[in-house]
Amino acid sequence: MTARVNELADNTTVLKYALVAPAVFVILLIGLYPFVQLALTSVQNVTMFGADNSFHGAVHYERLLGDERLWSALWNTIWFTAVALPIELVLGYLLALLFLQPLPLRRTLIAIILLPTVISPIVAGATWRLMLDQRFGPVNQLIGWIIGRDVEILWTINPSLVWPAVLVAEVWQWTPFMFLILLAALSNVDREQLEAAEVDGAGAWTVFRKVVLPAIMPVVVIAVLIRGLDLFRVFDVIWTMTQGGPGTRTETISIYAYQMAFREFEISYSAAIAFLVIVLLTIAVLVALRRVEIAR
Amino acid sequence: MRRWENGWRLALRLVLALVAVGFFAFPIYWLAAISIKSPEEIFAYPPVWIPSGINLSGYVALFRNGDVWAVWNSLVTASVSTVLAMILGTLAAYGIVRYRPGGENLTIWIISQRMIPPICVAFPIFLLFVSLGLVDTFVGLIVLYTAFNLPYVIWMMRGYIQDIPPELEQSALVDGLSRWAVITKVVIPMARGGFFATAVFTFIFAWNDFLFALVLTRSEVVTYPVQVTGYFGSQSTFWSQIGAMSMLGVLPMMLVVATMQRFIVRGMSMGAVKG
Repeated sequence: MTARVNELADNTTVLKYALVAPAVFVILLIGLYPFVQLALTSVQNVTMFGADNSFHGAVHYERLLGDERLWSALWNTIWFTAVALPIELVLGYLLALLFLQPLPLRRTLIAIILLPTVISPIVAGATWRLMLDQRFGPVNQLIGWIIGRDVEILWTINPSLVWPAVLVAEVWQWTPFMFLILLAALSNVDREQLEAAEVDGAGAWTVFRKVVLPAIMPVVVIAVLIRGLDLFRVFDVIWTMTQGGPGTRTETISIYAYQMAFREFEISYSAAIAFLVIVLLTIAVLVALRRVEIAR
Repeated sequence: MRRWENGWRLALRLVLALVAVGFFAFPIYWLAAISIKSPEEIFAYPPVWIPSGINLSGYVALFRNGDVWAVWNSLVTASVSTVLAMILGTLAAYGIVRYRPGGENLTIWIISQRMIPPICVAFPIFLLFVSLGLVDTFVGLIVLYTAFNLPYVIWMMRGYIQDIPPELEQSALVDGLSRWAVITKVVIPMARGGFFATAVFTFIFAWNDFLFALVLTRSEVVTYPVQVTGYFGSQSTFWSQIGAMSMLGVLPMMLVVATMQRFIVRGMSMGAVKG
């Protein structure tokens, strides 16, 4: 009996690490190696003309400071996130209110609304590019019907229309995500509390602020965090629709980093960009985490 | 009076709901329509809203020129990496819940790995794969998707395993089952709903990935999203192929939504909402 207990105990110490080790090893492959490589590359000088692996100090980081294209890409990314996120949140919330109470065909309608969120962002981008085609797309035709004459609007080419075009695709794809999560959160709000508040004669705004909002807040925070991080690294949908163009009009930080690394082969410089992004994201996440406990 | 008012409110909500459904469904309808339109209909002006018949020439073209292999490549990489990530991730999650190696720090480190933008690590991984000869191979993409999905699997499975009372495992151990048997015969069956839902999302992430596939494939294991972008040429755009290839990528997702609706909330919100 004693032997058996000891055996189990021994087993456990091994198990404690053996169970986790393979997963940690595989994650390290993308979690540690790239960082070391990035850090090294960013202080060397690797370009398409060759790899100079000697120490070059912070030259690439200095270049970051004066790179207007970088700052405009960063600004585009922040702007895009700051516009798309509230739109998705508000539309998602309104949709959730619409579907909170019984409705004919409720489950089927919800399933249809969810579709954009589970398809590839590449397909979403391609779909909207076809939708917005100046000649063969239905959007311009609809606009033509409304204003009463044919139009040929160049959505993805006209510099002042390209951001709205990308924004529509993004909001179309991810509003259902906010909708679904808010719907689940809203259905978990305590009915009795709601009714008690109404009996007390609280107005709709007071009920929302004092009862609904506190109840759904933890979920809203996590949804905003997930979407915010996704938006900050947005690549696929813009790549399919515009490739960052016209010119660099819709270039986000991810697209700029891709162009630098894989089109212009400024490897060391792109490593410095990647590092900047990781630092910015880490700060953002730490600030966000300070306000919420994500770990249950 | 009250009933009459309720009836109007319901009708109004239904109309608004249908408008919303139209907005979210129409682009996918348009894509599906393009995939079955004849070339004349695709390039008709004004656009044709309802195809006159089913023309499968876009799909036939994919089979004829071999591009349809991209769907197969997506299927292989997404399925194999899902299986691997589920095995490694479930074991790790079990270890984390029951033995707590590294305490909270390990969990936080693991989940933080998911927040890294792919573009930041794409080039170092590309270099690594070049030196290992893994560029444009199934092994390369599978390893990468496994690694990239593991944090998600561990995070989700950790949540589900925490819901299983440890007493159950204790009694199974006392009954003489090995640890391995406890995991496969008690833990996974107890958490099978969550296990299944997590696997589905892992599959979706790999199935829909674009950036890694773009960077790490050339011709042999090109996946379907990379193939779709290839049809947007600088000279000409292959509309019917875009429609057909995209639909082949979308159809499995339609199946997922139709059959797995109740799992989706928790999977999407990384467990924040118990759906």
